Parts: sequence; C-alpha cells; structure tokens
Amino acid sequence: MAEERVEHPLHRRLGMTDAELAAVVDELGREPTDLELAMYSVMWSEHCSYKSSRPHLSRFPTEAPWVLVGPGEGAGVVDIGDGLAVAVRIESHNHPSAVEPYQGAATGVGGIIRDIFSMGARPIALMDPLRFGSLDDARTRYLFEGVVSGISGYGNSVGVPTVGGEVVFDDTYRDNPLVNVFCLGILPIDRLVLARADGPGNLAVLLGSSTGRDGIGGASVLASASFEEGDGAKRPSVQVGDPFEEKRLIEACLELLDARLAVGVQDLGAAGLSCAASETAAKAGAGMDVDIARVARREPGMNAVEVMTSESQERMLAIVEPANLDAVLAVARRWEIRATVVGRVTDTARFRIYDGLFDATGVPGENPVPPAGDDAPLVTSDAPAIADVPVESLGDGPLYHRPATRPAGQDALQAADPGPQLRDKFPAGADLSGELLALLATPTIADKTWVSRQYDHQLFLNTVAGPGADAAVLRVKGTTKAIAMSTDGKARFCRLDPRTGARLAVLEAARNVACSGARPLALVNCLNFGNPERAEVMWQFSEVVDGMSEACRALGFPVIGGNVSFYNASGDDDIHPTPIAGVIGLIDDLAGRPPAASLRAGDDVVVLGEIRPELGGSEWAAVMHGLDGGRPPAANLERARATHELVASLVREQMVAGLHDVSDGGLAVALAEMAVAGEVGFKVELIFEGCMPAEACFAEPASVVVCSVDPQYTAAVCGLAAAAGVPVRVLGVATGGRLIAKGAFDVSVADAAHAWRDALPALMRAE
Amino acid sequence: MSARVGVVVFPGTNCELDVQFAVDQLGGRAELLWHGDATTKGVDAVVVPGGFAHGDYLRTGAIARFSPVMGAVAAHARTGGPTIGICNGFQVLCEAQLLPGALQKNSGSKFLCQTVELRVETVSTALTSLARVGDVLRIPINHFEGNYVCDERTLAELRAEERVVLRYVQNPNGSLDDIAGICNAEGNIVGLMPHPERASDPLLGSSDGLVLLKSLLAAATSRATILV
Repeated sequence: MAEERVEHPLHRRLGMTDAELAAVVDELGREPTDLELAMYSVMWSEHCSYKSSRPHLSRFPTEAPWVLVGPGEGAGVVDIGDGLAVAVRIESHNHPSAVEPYQGAATGVGGIIRDIFSMGARPIALMDPLRFGSLDDARTRYLFEGVVSGISGYGNSVGVPTVGGEVVFDDTYRDNPLVNVFCLGILPIDRLVLARADGPGNLAVLLGSSTGRDGIGGASVLASASFEEGDGAKRPSVQVGDPFEEKRLIEACLELLDARLAVGVQDLGAAGLSCAASETAAKAGAGMDVDIARVARREPGMNAVEVMTSESQERMLAIVEPANLDAVLAVARRWEIRATVVGRVTDTARFRIYDGLFDATGVPGENPVPPAGDDAPLVTSDAPAIADVPVESLGDGPLYHRPATRPAGQDALQAADPGPQLRDKFPAGADLSGELLALLATPTIADKTWVSRQYDHQLFLNTVAGPGADAAVLRVKGTTKAIAMSTDGKARFCRLDPRTGARLAVLEAARNVACSGARPLALVNCLNFGNPERAEVMWQFSEVVDGMSEACRALGFPVIGGNVSFYNASGDDDIHPTPIAGVIGLIDDLAGRPPAASLRAGDDVVVLGEIRPELGGSEWAAVMHGLDGGRPPAANLERARATHELVASLVREQMVAGLHDVSDGGLAVALAEMAVAGEVGFKVELIFEGCMPAEACFAEPASVVVCSVDPQYTAAVCGLAAAAGVPVRVLGVATGGRLIAKGAFDVSVADAAHAWRDALPALMRAE
Repeated sequence: MSARVGVVVFPGTNCELDVQFAVDQLGGRAELLWHGDATTKGVDAVVVPGGFAHGDYLRTGAIARFSPVMGAVAAHARTGGPTIGICNGFQVLCEAQLLPGALQKNSGSKFLCQTVELRVETVSTALTSLARVGDVLRIPINHFEGNYVCDERTLAELRAEERVVLRYVQNPNGSLDDIAGICNAEGNIVGLMPHPERASDPLLGSSDGLVLLKSLLAAATSRATILV
C-alpha cells in the first residue's frame, strides 16, 4: 500500500485523470492544494458531475405547464392543484449496497428523503426498484436480505412508508446488485424552496449529525469505478445511517421552512460539504466562505480534506439571514439537532475554505445540543484561505463525449429468436400447466409479500393501494385527489434493443398508473449502466435516452428528474442496461379504492390490446428455457397511449371490477395472479391470430390489460375499446376453482396460489 | 363539546398525525402533547401513539418512560383517565409500568406490516366498550417487537381478571397466549400492538378500527362529563 502511494500522484489516487488535473491547474493558474484537489476530485467524479451522461441528457423532454421544478434540482416538482405540489426523485445506491447491503440501502433511503424535504415537501412515500443475481447463490441471498432489512430498518423508523417497488432476479446483477430508491413528497406550493445561497452576508448553518470519517470518497472511489477483486477494502467508504436523527431533521427543516426561516436548504450527500456549500452558492451566482474549524466532528484529528469530503449522513445546510439565526437555533434545540454556523454567503463568486475564520463577536451562533465541547477558534482571522477556487468551476467539470458503438454481437443476439425452438418443444396441444406453475414460482414473478410486509406501507393513512398493486395509490387528504405511482425497468428487453427496451419500461410504468385510473403527470428515471468508458455501454446509454424520450413525448409527460449510475460492472462484465422509469399520475376524483388486480366470480374475462407471439426477452424464454436472444416486443407508442387512456377511463367510470397489466410471464401469469387474488378460477380460450398456445400464454406483448368485467358492462367495454381503436376480446368467464385455458393449461387455484406465494419464502429459508 | 384527546409526541414518534387525523374525523379534538412538557393539558384521554420514540436504539420505550410528559400521563392514568398505548406506545406503557409485561422481537425476527384478525375478548375497557365479545376485527400490525411476554403469575392474573383485551386469531409474532392487547385492572389503561387508526376508513382497506376509536372517544366524553 505504502509503496503504491509513492508511485501514484495524489490526483490519480483520488480517481482523476492527468488531463483533469491539467484542467484544474489551468482554472486556478497554479497547482491546487491537496484540499482543492480533493474537492475537485469528488465534484468532478462521474457520480457528481455526470461528465459522461450530460451530453445526452439534454435530449429528454422536460417541460409541461404543470412542471414547477424540472431536472437539476434536489427533486422535480409538479403542480397538482388545490395549492399543492408533489416533489419526486429517484436515486441509485448500488455500489454501497454491494459492499455493505444493510447500510448501503439504509443510507440510500436517507439520502433520497433529504432531497425531498430540502424542497419543503413532506416525504410521504418510498418505492424501491431492486435487482439481484440468482437466489441460488448464498451471497445473493445475503445481499437481498440485507438490502430489504436496510430499507425496512431505515424507512420504517424514519417514518416514511414504502408503498411499492419491484424486485427482479437475474444473473447479470450477481456482483452488481441495483438498489434504486424513489421518494415522493407533498407540499403547499408556497413552501417550495430551492437550494440557493442567495444574499451575501447570509449564514450557512450546518444542521444534523456531526461529521465523521465515514463515506469519504464515496462518490469518487465507490460510485465512479467498477468492482474488482478484493473490494471489501472499500467498505470504509460506505456511510452509516441514523434514522432517528433524520426523523428529527425532517421535522426541524419543515418547521424552519414553514416559518420562512431559511432562504434555501440543501442536503449533504455525495461529496459532502464541498458539494452542498459550493452548489448552493453557484446556483445563486454568489460565493461562499466556509470555516472548517466550526464543523463539529465525531473524532479528533480529522484533517481539512476529511471534513470537506466526508459523506456522513443526516446533515443539511440551511442558508439563513442573520436576523433569523436565533429562531433557527431555537427550532434546532427543540428537535435536539445540532446547528452550527459554518459559513457565510459572499459576493466574491469564490469558494473559500478557512480553518478558523470567524470572529467570536462577528458571527453569532453556537452548537446548542449537545454543546460543541471543543475550543473552536473564534478569534479573528487573517489566516489565509486553505482553498480558494472559483465557485462555478467545481460544479462545471469536464464533459466527455465518449465514443458510442453498437456492439458487434448485437445483430447475432437479435437473430437468436427463441420462437422456433420453443414452438418445436411446445407444439399446439402441449400441456402447459407445468410451465405455468413453474413460471409463477420464478423469483421475479413470485409473490413479494416476503419483502413488502417488512416495510411499513401504511403510515400517514394515505395508502389506498400499496405493494402488489400495479400502481401504488395515495390519497391526498383534504382533497378529492390521489396520486398514483409506479416504477418499472425491462433490462432484458434493453439488452436486446436498448431503445425499444427503454420505451417498454416507460410504457409499463405508465400502463400501471393508468390501471389505477390516473392520468400521467411526469417521469423520473434512474439509469443504471456498466462502464461508460466502453463504447458499447455508451451506445446503450444513448439509445435508452432516445427511447425514453420518444415514449415520454408520445404519452405526453416530461422527465422531471433523474439519476445516472455508471460503472455497474465487474471487471469486463457490464450489467444489462437497466433504465428504471418512475411515473407519477393524478386521480382527480377518487371515488373509492381502484379495482384490484383480481378476478370476481361470474365476471367476464376481457383482454384489451393485441396478443402477439413476442417471446424475445420474456421470462419464459430467457429464464425458464435459457433462450435469452431475439427481439423485444414491439413498442407501439400510439397504441399505448390509446390503451392507457381507455383503461383509465374504464376505471374512472367504474366499468371494470378488476384489472391487471400483462407483464413478466405474459397473459397466462396475469390471469393466474388475478385468479389467486380473487380466489376464483376461470375458463378461457386463448386463441389469437398468429399465436401458438404457448406464445399466447407466455409472450409479453406491450399495452395489454386484462379486465374482470360484470357481464352487463361487457358490451359497453367492447364498444369503448373499439371506438378507441384498441383490440378487445372476451376470453371467457371467472368461475370455479380451476384455471382452465382450453388446449393450454388446467391447474387448481390452490396449486397456482401455492406456487406463487410460497416460492420466495422457501428460497429464503434455504440455507 | 367534543372530547379532548392528547396524543403524546416523543422525538421519533411517527403515528401522532395519523391518530390525530382519525380522532378528528370522528368528531373528537386531538392535540399533540410534547414529550418535554410535564403536563397533559387537562385532556380527557391520552394516546401514546406508534413510532420509534428516541430511536428505540435501546430497549423500546426505555428512554421515553423518563420523559417529563410521562409523569403527567401516569397521573392521568392513575386517576382513571382513559390511556391507550398503540404499538410503540404499548411498549412505552409497559416500560413505565402502567401495564405489566414486555414486548420482545417477533418470533420470525422480521418486521411485520400486515393486516391481522383480532378477537375482542373483553368489552369492559376504554378501548372496547362499544364492541362485542367475540367480534373479529381486521386491523394492521406494524412492528418488529410485538411478541408479548410476561411471567406466569401475571398471565394467570390477566386471564383471571379478563384483562386480555384482544387476541390474534392467527398469532403472527409469537405473543404469549396470542395476546395482542391488555389492560389494567380498571380497564382505563389499554395497550395494543395493532393500529386501529390504520383501519379507520374503507378507502384504506378496513374500517374495523373505528369501533375501538369510538369507544375511546366515548370514554373520553364520559371522563369529561365526570370532571365537569
């Protein structure tokens, strides 16, 4: 170790290239100090600067009349009427969770919650899209259990319900699990605040935890590099969460913002104080002086670099007018959180760090609870700044227009259509009962109650539809409205064709929201990819950006925020491109609980949309039969929009008793899940033009929704579908105790329920 | 005049607004009681709601019991004031020795958020007076440490004095004798792990908790009348 340090100059150890160092020298007109270099290294890291992704992200549509805050702030914010707005954000905490699953996931939850309340919104819902390797692997089970416990332990204690999410298991994630965290908050529009350090002379007050050595270099060392052998050594870069501190921070910050005591608030996340202080100043076109001597520390002997780059959790920076400082300190005292003046806004456009800046009388403020306990030097200072850089330069890192190349093997991959082999193996008349039961028991499709019951999903008494529903639905108290939300990702489709796969992810999230009767408002995305220094990965990324953009434009909603996570790779192996789409929608007049994904005895079983023989990338072909090539299902955007609008209106008009979208596992699995939920069987015929029975059962075509319809409404539903240009077919009736598709499968409800419900608990008991 | 219900707030409590909302919906008047204030402000009933008082990093409720407000809550309870501990509040009442026994980690060592069925075992309490013995209520639980334990003598006493208020129809957490809620000898202090406020509206999937909350308001109202 020591020898290495001699050989490698500091900037490389900090993850910077020689060219980036040269850019810093150019910017400053001199060699940077170690502290300056450390700050540039974290601020210019891929994780903080988006240096590889930014050139592409501008292609997203980001505007709509109801958007109050778009990408680039702590969270996206949309107006939902009645003087209320919704703030939403999604983020990844993949690398920390791979190293230390409990704390990695817990601090991911903590970070996203701070982004939401820093805007003035009360966080009211979390959702977690998770990706793991195969559960056959003991380490994967450890990661899965640890991540779920971390989300549960932190989310439940901090008091934000986890109302949905999804879990997918695929070998591609074995060494790179994905932990994405979505958070939604609600706020009166007049409490909306941005993270801006306006007003020279205003004070920067650090709220919350003391600053320790945890998470140093998290952004640059952990999040912006691939995993290699022996990466356990990166564990010290993972932070540790304290949900109790965060709960008090939420209450204190919302109280500050309610009372108009803060000009701006920003959380300390990646790159810690360096990022929060410089970013708030840069956004306001101001400067900032920071006195590290005033920063309360967890342990003695911390140096300036450690203080400025620590990613210790549960810390916020509030920008406060001097006249309001005493009131701010009183609120902090009441909630028993530490509050310390650590800096002030200047008009210099410089970011300057001092070790002992403030005069004892010049700057009021103290560490109220618990007291600082140290002899913070409050004497006047003509001590020179230990860092002094243009504030804009930290956030204005290099941009890389990295080469993007379609992989050489892409054509061959797409040509490997699983259809012919599977049609041979399962000709017309083959009994598919065993296939259906096995599919219901694959971990990705199986019931996730084992996960969701570890999450408090009911706090705040808003959860009208929670985990297991196509979309989570939260009522908005005091109004007739409700918010619907869903997160989805279709990585196997993206691997085959990233552009189409990205469209399909957006379509699925939007379709789920439509199934609750909502109209879509906006999308946030979390873009999880491999190593961007490989041209094939950048091609995937670029294609995904285009695919998502096209789908959003066609469906009429903007992208209001996102997160890019690169370097999800182990050695030469990149994960499948995994963009996650989080769509939120609004129900204007919530009449009752939206119909569940279940059948009702006596109802007609009606399918909306077109069943096509699209097996490429399906769970059945890829996971059960190992045939993972081919083309993904077509993503017809016009058809999708028509279907979503039809479905939402059928729900609003209460013409369907139950409905469920066709997704992983295809039509047969959607029908089976509805039968299990409704505790009733069905008798249907699955005959569709151009489809063998197995294809009709297990293909995963887009924009298909199964409905349970009272026979007296069936003609009307069919008429409305025809008028909307959406194919419609009455498949049969919900009845009896068996799932019967003529010429395809015949299993009992009990067997289907057993296969679906018991799979995950059984796998997690296996040791 | 509507009954006044005080809802105790410790740092880390998180169900206070839910209880307040549910009480207000039923026509009660809920107000928050801050842990640092040594008073119940003369309310007619007190609810110690769910959450993670003081983070629960020690034994649950171990710090909360020393809060200034708890002295006032004990005084209110000991003079017959209706006092309900829900979930973490139940743990706090046990720590404060207003109720016997303790709550341990669930037998499955996992947090459980799910709707369970509860059987009403006695109706001579501030929480169940409007229910009928044998009623089965669907109400959510939401806890890691809801596994009720007590010594044999206490259990015998609880049974003999009909102080087991609610039992799980299917025991989710390993609780002794399927106990979901108990009361003191007078029936004015009740602790339970399930959250009645989470079953207070058909929109949320169940309104079976309303009978419990209405019982509480009835007890609060009669307390108000007595004290007037």
